[in-house]
Amino acid sequence: MINIRENRCDYCGVCVSVCPVDCIEVREYSIEIDHPVCIDCDLCVEICPIEVLETHAQE
Amino acid sequence: MLKNKYDVVVVGGGPAGSMAAWEAAKGGVSVCMLEKDRDIGYPVRCGEAVGESGLRQFVEIEDSWIAEKITSVKLVSPNLTSVDIDFAAETGYILNRRIFDYDLSRYAANAGAEVYTKAYVKNVLTNNGQTNGVVLDYLGEEKQIQAKIVIGADGLTSRVGRWAGLRTLVRMKDMESAVQYSVSNVDIEPNKMIMYIGMNHAPGGYIWVFPKGKKFANIGIGISGKYSKHKSAQKYLDEFMDREYPDAAILTTMCGGVPCAKPMEKPVANGIMLVGDAAHQINPMTGGGIVAGMKGGWIAGQVAAEAIQNDDYSEKGLLEYPKRMRKDFGKNHERFYKIKEATEKLTSEELDSIAEKVLSIPHDKRTLTSVFKAAVFKKPTLIIDVLKVFAGV
Ligand SMILES: Cc1cc2nc3c(=O)[nH]c(=O)nc-3n(C[C@H](O)[C@H](O)[C@H](O)COP(=O)(O)OP(=O)(O)OC[C@H]3O[C@@H](n4cnc5c(N)ncnc54)[C@H](O)[C@@H]3O)c2cc1C
Ligand code: SF4
Ligand code: SF4
Repeated sequence: MINIRENRCDYCGVCVSVCPVDCIEVREYSIEIDHPVCIDCDLCVEICPIEVLETHAQE
Repeated sequence: MLKNKYDVVVVGGGPAGSMAAWEAAKGGVSVCMLEKDRDIGYPVRCGEAVGESGLRQFVEIEDSWIAEKITSVKLVSPNLTSVDIDFAAETGYILNRRIFDYDLSRYAANAGAEVYTKAYVKNVLTNNGQTNGVVLDYLGEEKQIQAKIVIGADGLTSRVGRWAGLRTLVRMKDMESAVQYSVSNVDIEPNKMIMYIGMNHAPGGYIWVFPKGKKFANIGIGISGKYSKHKSAQKYLDEFMDREYPDAAILTTMCGGVPCAKPMEKPVANGIMLVGDAAHQINPMTGGGIVAGMKGGWIAGQVAAEAIQNDDYSEKGLLEYPKRMRKDFGKNHERFYKIKEATEKLTSEELDSIAEKVLSIPHDKRTLTSVFKAAVFKKPTLIIDVLKVFAGV
């Protein structure tokens, strides 16, 4: 599962542009991940320039 | 007031969107441009560097857009060998995009396009494989707008294209992960841009220092998504700032991405066209996308107006747009992409020795071509790669 540390986020949308299943939505001041659709590929975590996203181990 | 029907709906109010809306409106069709943010032109996610001749193709340049005139570039190699090169014919500018983008949208509006902000498009409408409108949240209310043509100018996320069935996804290695600081209290030479290259500075990209008036600059970095997993763009930039500008005051931090991919071959389908970053219209070597996106919007807006006059907004009718685009500079970008791939293979040692070699050329004889010649001298295989590019292999 991807964890969003939203108070760090700049809402730039780079994560959206690399998400293979289009499950991230970024608006002017919000970001949301559609977790059931997410395939945990971590590309969004890798591309975020300011380390907003992190991988959360599944319990 | 926002209506529920237009000939053309443009999604996104950046330079590409404004140019498309402007040209379509000039062509006499009804146009509406939708921008999700509160302001056109803000936040600025850009180094704001642009060439004068590029801009002049479309507009008279206003003084208020220009923060700094650029007449030379300093290239800094991995071991900090630095080479100054004066621009021969070309002048560059560092823009105030906040004002520039705003003015472009005004030009579109003055030509008759309707412009709405706080208008977030969340899907496209389709009928029998033909895109024919958008669904949006406007001031907290869901609305639908019918359109003969939707132009996706929604920047690097390019979701409008995805929803319409176009392949807009960018591979990680072609996506630059970027951060930029607006900094004050830095001592920098006026009229000169600085670029730091090499794996230690910015793997698969570069660090830029673009002056914006006295003691003020845009300092940023782009690194390839191929390398961003282990160390983020911001970490590289912070190390650089600590080393080069420890006393800088960071007034703004912003981040973004630059799709340095090949331009999309077919940025159109039935009832839909993509322009600007959304169609990867960026010089893949420099990451410059202002002029390329304006050109995309400019041509797409004209073709959209013609298509509506001819009552044919099928994919076939809209293919005229990529055709004109390719004629203009699409091919160049494919070449630049191949050169980017070739120069990426240069090691840090090779870059350092190229810099040394260029330093031996007298300052007034140095041009970007001489840098290139030095590069080829140091690594003859590069010439094969470049020849391949120009031979189109
Ligand atoms: C850090 C950085 C530095 C750069 N430096 C330079 C440079 O020095 N020189 C240069 O030429 N280029 C530079 N670029 C590239 C340049 O910024 C872009 O190529 C250019 O802005 C593309 O214009 P555009 O109109 O296609 O997209 P954008 O300017 O990104 O505009 C897209 C607009 O669409 C809106 N939007 C997105 N989704 C929706 C939606 N669903 N509904 C409604 N609106 C939406 C966005 O809010 C945005 O306003 C840089 C890019 C970055 C990230
Ligand atoms: S890439 Fe990072 S900063 Fe940008 S929108 Fe995604 S999470 Fe936020
Ligand atoms: S982990 Fe992959 S699928 Fe999930 S949100 Fe990130 S990019 Fe999308």
